[in-house]
Amino acid sequence: MMRRSASKKAGQPNSTNPIPYSPSDLFRTASSKASSKEMERIDNLFYSYANRSSGMIDPEGIETLCFNMEVDHTDVRILMLAWKMKAEKQGYFTLEEWRRGLKALRADTVSKLRKALPELEKEVRRPSNFVDFYSYSFRYCLTEEKQKSIDIESICQLLDIVLGSQFRAQVDYFIEYLKIQSDYKVINMDQWMGVFRFCNEISFPDLSNYNPDLAWPLILDNFVEWMQAKQS
Amino acid sequence: MGQMVRYEDDFEADMLEDTGAYYSRKASSWIEDDSCPDYMLKSEECLKKERDRVSHYLHSSSETKLLEKVQHELLVMYANRLLEKEHSGCRALLRDDKLEDLSRMYRLYCKIPRGLDPVANIFKQHITAEGTALVEQAEDAASNQASNAPGVQEQDLISKIIKLHNKYIVYVTRCFQNHTLFHKKVPHELLVMYANRLLEKEHSGCRALLRDDKLEDLSSKYWLYCKIPQGLDPVANIFKQHITAEGTALVEQAEDAASNQASNAPGVQEQVLIRKIIELHDKYMEYVTRCFQNHTLFHKALKEAFEVFCNKTVSGSSSAELLATFCDNILKKGGSEKLSDEAIEETLEKVVKLFAYISDKDLFAEFYRKKLARRLLFDRSANDDHERSILTKLKEQCGGQFTSKMEGMVTDLTLARENQASFEDYLRNNPAAHPGIDLTVTVLTTGFWPSYKSFDLNLPAEMVKCVEVFKGFYETETKHRKLTWIYSLGTCHINGKFEEKTIELIVSTYQAAVLLLFNASDRLSYSEIMAQLNLTHDDLVRLLHSLACAKYKILSKEPNTKTISQSDYFEFNSKFTDKLRRIKIPLPPVDERKKVVEDVDKDRRYAIDAAIVRIMKSRKVLGHQQLVSECVEQLSRMFKPDIKAIKKRMEDLITRDYLERDKDNPNLFRYLA
Repeated sequence: MMRRSASKKAGQPNSTNPIPYSPSDLFRTASSKASSKEMERIDNLFYSYANRSSGMIDPEGIETLCFNMEVDHTDVRILMLAWKMKAEKQGYFTLEEWRRGLKALRADTVSKLRKALPELEKEVRRPSNFVDFYSYSFRYCLTEEKQKSIDIESICQLLDIVLGSQFRAQVDYFIEYLKIQSDYKVINMDQWMGVFRFCNEISFPDLSNYNPDLAWPLILDNFVEWMQAKQS
Repeated sequence: MGQMVRYEDDFEADMLEDTGAYYSRKASSWIEDDSCPDYMLKSEECLKKERDRVSHYLHSSSETKLLEKVQHELLVMYANRLLEKEHSGCRALLRDDKLEDLSRMYRLYCKIPRGLDPVANIFKQHITAEGTALVEQAEDAASNQASNAPGVQEQDLISKIIKLHNKYIVYVTRCFQNHTLFHKKVPHELLVMYANRLLEKEHSGCRALLRDDKLEDLSSKYWLYCKIPQGLDPVANIFKQHITAEGTALVEQAEDAASNQASNAPGVQEQVLIRKIIELHDKYMEYVTRCFQNHTLFHKALKEAFEVFCNKTVSGSSSAELLATFCDNILKKGGSEKLSDEAIEETLEKVVKLFAYISDKDLFAEFYRKKLARRLLFDRSANDDHERSILTKLKEQCGGQFTSKMEGMVTDLTLARENQASFEDYLRNNPAAHPGIDLTVTVLTTGFWPSYKSFDLNLPAEMVKCVEVFKGFYETETKHRKLTWIYSLGTCHINGKFEEKTIELIVSTYQAAVLLLFNASDRLSYSEIMAQLNLTHDDLVRLLHSLACAKYKILSKEPNTKTISQSDYFEFNSKFTDKLRRIKIPLPPVDERKKVVEDVDKDRRYAIDAAIVRIMKSRKVLGHQQLVSECVEQLSRMFKPDIKAIKKRMEDLITRDYLERDKDNPNLFRYLA
């Protein structure tokens, strides 16, 4: 006798055959029930901060969030949170971004979010992640559509936030230089990345292994000249 | 794997050790008794025997280890003692020309790492000693002979040195297999030795001969040293240093003289300097052809020397500007150089030669163009043929692109004359259209001429009519062309009806505009004039100064001070007179230097951009240093780009997405199509 092969047309729910339940299925359903509960909480948390009309968390909302988390809104950890969310626009979080970030941090309340920050910081500071975070922080500050550079004042602030704890001396001197030089009114991504490479590769403050004939951005050549003039 | 372990551990290790011990004993006795050649013979024998042994009854893997062991015991341990053996060591072999033994020495030691170093050293010391002895001999002989035949001793010495050189070249090829360690040392040592001593001799050395213009002696020196490999290098070097020093002294002289003279005769010193540099060039070119047989080495020395001091600044003017001014003086009517046609041609020829040494050629072009414009537009060019001639010469040197604009300017003038003739015909045929004033218009092609600012000058009514009429005419000739009027370049002939007599005043259009205001008003304030004419303060002050405070006071000023201030009042000076019936009221030109430099800098930015893009487009991926050096090379025909400027342009191109930096290698750049 030929066995009749059970064939179902794709996409059509077969109401005659009940879905068989196996133990693993039970487990899966339970955890997916739990995760959908978690997602619900995350969404609710989102809406508690979001702006009614835009459907996004705006700068005001973020400030409130920071207040509740007991973190200053200029703290680097907020930037790290944005990175984790892959947030695109500075000062705003969309639902998708919010979900992405909080799910990854496994936080569905403000208090869990706050507790997740130290771990997040550790994760970001890992060398393999930090370069990505560093370049992200620049892009995050580009507010206009075709914008490619950031003004000096903002760069100084950003440098302090992002690199200040790791490279205090370099950042302080470089910020001082940026404020007094007049060649550049804005900094682009290439120069921004150059600063990071500089902090990592060049011995400071002696600058003994700096070679201006290499492809360092000109602003760094000028910075080194200024430092050397100061030191002599 | 592991198959040789028993062989190596149980047999080979002991064999090597015993071999080592055996040869160690032998060596210690041989080194005492044998001469170096004999010892080496024995060593060679031993090595051969061991090789045979291996091929007869040992495993081939033992060969290297065994030979190394033997070499170590025989040759390495006793290297010093062997080579330095008093009567038979390396030095002795060289002294006694024992090529066979030296060959053996090379063969034995070349296999040992760094084994040849001591041999090469001894070789070098030996040659140096022999050469020095020759030189000292010659010096003694020369001092004994007084100045009887000074050249003879030197000639003798040179030929001895050449013989020495050839002898040791043979050693290098026959004994030392042309090994680089030995090859380098031979000519270098000889050169260092004699060059310094002979050439630097205070009274008869190369410098002295140059100083005293002893062309004959320099010529003989050339023939002597050219026989020696690389013998001419030090001579060319001294030649170059001498010229550089003389040239730099001239520049410094000019700088001092210019600063002392204050503004008495500005530019005179600079003109004198160019003359002197031309003379210097002629003088030393003669040396190159007469004494140094047109050898490229000396042409190069001359070129490099001139490139050094021909690019220095004198009292704020770059050499490019100085040279352009010099040309202007020759080419303009009433220039400071009153020369015959032939003399002018010759001078222009020499100027173009000097121009080759200037690195900022684009700067020269811009200054030249500005001055050419003035000559052409104010009818100050002395001779059209000369103008074209120098452009042809510059074209030969730098290519058509360099001179195309200037040639266009000269052509424009010819066309403008034709155009004017047509305009005059037009007026004859349309008497109603005549503006009532004789009008000559020169139409210039914008791209060829330097850029001029055009102001919205409020023209006097008479002139407005002129402009309209010409526009009408021009539109009949060509459509689709826009005319922009540059009043700053115009000239006016105005009749000043003074009390004593009427005098024809030749003034610029701006000056005329000011004067014509007084047809309607007797007295005008500075502000009123300003309001009526719509000029900038700087321009107005200049204008009024030329009319009220300079040589010819056409206007009287209240208060009667020497400078113009914004509270002054002006009146037509009816009492003015002059013995001439026609006078020219000059308007001092604005200092063009700043604008020229700005324009050239701007063009350079574009040129660097274009060069970078061109290079990256063809190479696709290129390292930073290579990109920079190729850029410099491509642009070197027109100017020497600043490395920082290149970097800045690269950054700009990165921002504009023409280039990107490689993610992994920050010194590598990629072209983004």
